[in-house]
Amino acid sequence: MEVLFKSVKELVALAESSKKPISEIMIEQEMLLSRRTREEIIAQMDNNLTVMEEAVEKGLQGVQSTSGLTGGDAVLIQKYMASGKSLSGDLILDAVSKAVATNEVNAAMGTICATPTAGAAGIVPGTLFAVIDKLNPTREQMLNYLFTTGAFGFVVANNASISGAAGGCQAETGSAASMAAAAIVEMAGGTPQQSAEAFSIVMKNMLGLVCDPVAGLVEVPCVKRNAMGAAKALVGADMALAGVVSRIPTDEVIDAMHRIGQSMPSALRETAKGGLATTPTGKALEAKIFGGTKASSDHNPSS
Amino acid sequence: MKFRSVFDIIGPVMIGPSSSHTAGAARIGRVARTLFGRQPEWAKIYLYGSFAETYKGHGTDVAIIGGLMDYDTFDERIKTAFEDAKKAGFTFEFIPEEEEMEHPNTAKIVIGDENSVMELTGISIGGGKMEVVELNGFPLRLSGNYPALLVVHQDRAGLIASVANALAKRGVNIAHMEVGRKEKGKMALMVIEVDQLIDDDIINELRGLPHITQVSTIAE
Repeated sequence: MEVLFKSVKELVALAESSKKPISEIMIEQEMLLSRRTREEIIAQMDNNLTVMEEAVEKGLQGVQSTSGLTGGDAVLIQKYMASGKSLSGDLILDAVSKAVATNEVNAAMGTICATPTAGAAGIVPGTLFAVIDKLNPTREQMLNYLFTTGAFGFVVANNASISGAAGGCQAETGSAASMAAAAIVEMAGGTPQQSAEAFSIVMKNMLGLVCDPVAGLVEVPCVKRNAMGAAKALVGADMALAGVVSRIPTDEVIDAMHRIGQSMPSALRETAKGGLATTPTGKALEAKIFGGTKASSDHNPSS
Repeated sequence: MKFRSVFDIIGPVMIGPSSSHTAGAARIGRVARTLFGRQPEWAKIYLYGSFAETYKGHGTDVAIIGGLMDYDTFDERIKTAFEDAKKAGFTFEFIPEEEEMEHPNTAKIVIGDENSVMELTGISIGGGKMEVVELNGFPLRLSGNYPALLVVHQDRAGLIASVANALAKRGVNIAHMEVGRKEKGKMALMVIEVDQLIDDDIINELRGLPHITQVSTIAE
């Protein structure tokens, strides 16, 4: 089962030589590897898109996590936008609020689609549902957006990591934001190379981001990192569409992310043993939620 | 390549909050359940690394129990898995371990009932993907490049041929195969990586063969 691409360089070269968008290369590779029909693959992605839509809607109505640490911020941001006082602009704030909405639903153990992970699940749908108001895509183009994010995520997952425990938050929200930037460029009419530039520009600005969840929950700072990841994705996409290029090629940026992840101490890789998780307030919140103990569950063990 | 499908990246559809700690954990539990072949009566679950540190906050515990109850990653019953298990008379215990394992998200699941006991160690490699690294003391060396069949069987002459024949009959090509046994004539394990997705018909046919005790697939 040979793959069509293993690197961003190969992906872009293939798209350019065949004059096809990156999303189409991803669909063709999926058909090749899974031996499923295009219709089956599109139908599964369509289902994922529906799950994303429902999570955004649910989050915008306001949800609360059982810990009480997160929830309701998506609503606050939407109300602020409606006041007309926003500084950074409605498109960015819409993406931010929808990323927050999705991740708040995730924290509340709601149904989401991991993109590429659950902790980073807000960024890809958040940016997608924000830019559709401006770009008016068809349903097919919205699905292509997801396939393009998937193509870049595929390279990252196989050459670096998309797991916070393995590579820190740069591997989760960093990957998601970079993937989203690449897809925004394609939807806005940019070239495959511009998608790669957008990916690099955003990833370079997520490098080194640690995974330090308070109380080990996917809530603080995860929800707000999704928010900022969505904002960076939009800015990075705009920069690439403006013609800005990354001095470091995309695959080398991905490799740098991988090496940074490997040299991160385990305290900063989803163990809740460092960073924000070990601030006085972080420790106090953990004690409040778990009583300061991590004893094993007591559910009538037998044997 | 550990990640083969676009749906490993955009997906799975799942109950939050963590793909590696919730969805991946549910899948480890579900593979254990599938290999066991029935609802276990009890489980002892040893958690290592990040799993041991953060399992409560991520719902790793309810997810593994949900998996052991045969719930998929998107099954909303994962949230009530503890209560469901209690109603079903299924008891369990979680034991966070200090020991450092090769992978930060590792769970060792020991399950059983009055008839047998099974032990499986799984790792959650990110984005909801998981791998089984040990089964009943047999280390598994899966490339992760292909879908894999796990066949637990009695060590008998001709059994490997009958499994290979069953696959050949359905046009399934074997990419890589390993056979291990603990003792001559006792329990053995076949790990078969194949070129295409494995459907239920194949699994059912293999389960019907004599001297085969458990059949499961991983890397969907």
